[in-house]
Amino acid sequence: MATKSDSKRVLEVSRLNVEIPVPTGMLRPVQNVSLHVDRGETLCVVGESGCGKSLTSLAIMDLLPSKAKRTCDHMLLSGDSVFQIGERAMSDIRGDRMSMIFQEPMTSLNPAYTIGNQLAEALQRHRKVSSDEARQRAIYLLEKVGITAAAGRLGQYPHQLSGGLRQRVMIAMALMCGPDLIIADEPTTALDVTIQAQILHLLADLQREFQMGMILITHDLGVVARIADRVAVMYAGQIVETGTAQQIFNTPEHPYTRGLLECIPIPGKTRRGERLGAIPGIVPSLVGHMQGCHFASRCPQVSNACRSATVELLPTKQPGHISRCLLTQSAGAETPQREGAAS
Amino acid sequence: MNDIVLEAKDVTRTFMISGGFMQAKRPLHAVNGVDLRIRKGEVLALVGESGCGKTTLAKMLLGLLPPTSGSLELDGTPIETMDRLRVAQTVQPIFQDPYSSLNPRKSIGSIITLPLKVQGDNDPSTWRKRVDEIMELVGLPRRVYNNYPSQLSGGQRQRVAIARALINRPRIVICDEPTSALDVSVQSQILNLLQDLREELGLAYLVISHNLAVVEHMATRLAVMYLGRIVEEGDADTLFRTPKHPYSKALLESVLTPDPSLGVPDTHLGAAYPNPLDMPSGCRFHPRCVNAMPHCSAVAPRKIPVGDGHVECHLYDENEGKLAS
Amino acid sequence: MTIDTIKTPVTSESGEPSPGAMLRKRVFGHWGFMIGAFVLIAIFLMAIFAPYISPGDPFDQVLSRKLVPPIWSDSAKATWDHPLGTDHLGRDYMTRLFYGARISLLIGFGAMLISGVIGTTLGVLAGYYGGRVDMVVNFIITTRLSMPVVLVALAVVSIVGSSLTVVIWVLGLLIWDRFAVVMRSATQQVRALDFVTSAQALGCSTPRILLTEVMPNITNHLIVIATLEMAHAILLEAALSFLGLGVQPPEPSWGLMISEAKGMIFFDPWLITIPGLALFALVLSINLLGDGIRDVTAPENRN
Repeated sequence: MATKSDSKRVLEVSRLNVEIPVPTGMLRPVQNVSLHVDRGETLCVVGESGCGKSLTSLAIMDLLPSKAKRTCDHMLLSGDSVFQIGERAMSDIRGDRMSMIFQEPMTSLNPAYTIGNQLAEALQRHRKVSSDEARQRAIYLLEKVGITAAAGRLGQYPHQLSGGLRQRVMIAMALMCGPDLIIADEPTTALDVTIQAQILHLLADLQREFQMGMILITHDLGVVARIADRVAVMYAGQIVETGTAQQIFNTPEHPYTRGLLECIPIPGKTRRGERLGAIPGIVPSLVGHMQGCHFASRCPQVSNACRSATVELLPTKQPGHISRCLLTQSAGAETPQREGAAS
Repeated sequence: MNDIVLEAKDVTRTFMISGGFMQAKRPLHAVNGVDLRIRKGEVLALVGESGCGKTTLAKMLLGLLPPTSGSLELDGTPIETMDRLRVAQTVQPIFQDPYSSLNPRKSIGSIITLPLKVQGDNDPSTWRKRVDEIMELVGLPRRVYNNYPSQLSGGQRQRVAIARALINRPRIVICDEPTSALDVSVQSQILNLLQDLREELGLAYLVISHNLAVVEHMATRLAVMYLGRIVEEGDADTLFRTPKHPYSKALLESVLTPDPSLGVPDTHLGAAYPNPLDMPSGCRFHPRCVNAMPHCSAVAPRKIPVGDGHVECHLYDENEGKLAS
Repeated sequence: MTIDTIKTPVTSESGEPSPGAMLRKRVFGHWGFMIGAFVLIAIFLMAIFAPYISPGDPFDQVLSRKLVPPIWSDSAKATWDHPLGTDHLGRDYMTRLFYGARISLLIGFGAMLISGVIGTTLGVLAGYYGGRVDMVVNFIITTRLSMPVVLVALAVVSIVGSSLTVVIWVLGLLIWDRFAVVMRSATQQVRALDFVTSAQALGCSTPRILLTEVMPNITNHLIVIATLEMAHAILLEAALSFLGLGVQPPEPSWGLMISEAKGMIFFDPWLITIPGLALFALVLSINLLGDGIRDVTAPENRN
């Protein structure tokens, strides 16, 4: 791990696919998803329910349901392949070099053990340290995540803590081994707004301090705008647009991204009672192979070409900003590149 | 004022919570002395963290839960003395989760017809026509009449719930987190629909939400609730622009507008939400308050009128300031 | 702003099949359900048409032709007049088996209905109202659970005297506990859902809410418990009859047939094997059906 520390890239995933057999055929909830995260960078994966954002994160952690099959060109964690390295090796990496924070902290903490036990276990599972050292690390991290009187909290059980405190404990647990990468799946969705802001603030601070890479999965565009360095917008199993937060929010290229941004009321921007934008229609079924652009059935700017052509991610005029839309091509000046090569 | 449709006067609801084996029951003051008025055609938003008593208050306003003390009046008549069906004609709810708010064993048609049946509507031959009308009004295609909830999308289910609530033309609709279980693109459609229906049918809404962006988009008045009390109430524009209570300020600061040039706000709000079984003394908010003064922990603040609303905070109590100095 | 311009999301044209069609598909794909249903229907028809398909009369004793072995035995005495042979009093065994199915099913159904009504009423009321009602019902359930079923049944039957009606009532009044426990928790779950609150807010009366909102959503649990309790009652009847305190001779009950044959287990084993297998097939088919119903109806709620 130390030898790789010169490289900035924490995670690189190329052309990840997930397939799940269902009674009506083969469900393809994740299709050709390529993404990368650098040290100290936050990538937000945003999309509506069923777009494949959570399955993408589970596929990276190799935690997919057993009947789901994943394929990819490569998946590198700080330069080491983490694709098909076997369950033993993978479970050594999970919780150590990359860890995950889930939406509902109550179900991810074991109600039968104390906070202290679970935190220590997270470290001792991967490192040969004494219980006392593990305890010291737990106290240090609980204080880091803003829990006062940390030593006293170690003996408490999860049900004795409020939702916000539990999520802080989950974050501390994810940090026990000093991971290179943190994947947070809707970490604040179950929490109140005031607590949400605090937790996000905390995540941003910790990530800067420990120089981790972070993938944050959410459906909340407000969260994305405030915390993301780069954003990947997913729709119907594909990444439809990637770019910096500024690019995505200020100059969105893909009609879906633009539609999403018009749908949300923005205090101070949309007037009260004003009609909000809408994206008519429903998400297409992802069973079987699909021709043309996935968004074609709901797109206001659809043309005949959209329904037949295979649309790849294409670079826009701005560096690092790519969009899966044929209109991008006509606007863009450079030669089209295949996805994964860009950015 | 006689345009007040629904009014809560000093309403309190206390639950007795068992303290455990062989321990005395302890009172939990879910709602503690709330005054609230819903006027004809207005949109009153009730915001606050989970556990502040929003849902208990909503249940009382629907006439489903009697208050421990205080009174609830519908058109000036106490709700307790009224017939359940008459309350139901005036006030109807819309719930957060469109998956649990529709009976999975009933067809869409029979779900929307139920209110007519319950009210004993005298002409069953018009039912089908009225259901068709309301379905059109909320934007449901006619062909879903014989479908079951499991065959509909989340947005369509929410439209069914809205149709059921509106078919008897109530005057007040209590929307408990009406869009927070929906996807962004569906949420905007439902918000548009609610706005249109309000204009078309002259409805008043009580919107209960923690999504302040949605609240600001809809509300004409705003009430901020904290631990069973309304700590600030007023005109939505004024309150959003110049919140007075430190808690309202903190709440509004934590709204994440999708503006990438701003970082994550730091709310300076203590993390610990107090245990409602063990209320802080004096002002309930003082343990988390950035402006807390020594006497905040001792004396509960009075209601101080501000504009056409009020705020409960020692910072704005002029008389007290004089006494102190 | 006109409202009819609102674009609605519509379910895709291929659409999801209706719940009925999906249910049919799952039913025909479930082997346990199909086998259970087939065997149970066969036994049912056997019981209903016993007078028409039986080779003889269940009470006719022909002592000269007693203990005729079934036709698959090598014995020269085996005859097509008595395909399953005769018992120690020369009664045709197949006839008694057919008529015995009537008694088993009658007791199973009767006891299940009585216990179902008692248990469901208590369970639904406790689950819906909670609080004091729940406390009282829980106390009644605990009291009932502390009584050993077979011993109480034996005691009652030996005091009151034994008959088919008494057996049905005694079993029905004793085995409602599982109905009550399951219905209570199922009702609690449904009660917490918003559509029940919504019905309350519409002004629906409590009986209406219980019947049209709560009950339809707990019937799948009810059917599963009903099948299990029916099998339970049939086995209890067999046990009581075996002990001589259930159905009284000369009524043809499968439990009684096993009891009467127990002395001849080493010499004429078919006498005990045939009613034993019949009882086994009946209870197994009911249980398969119950499990099948649970599997077939459950996924609908998960979707």
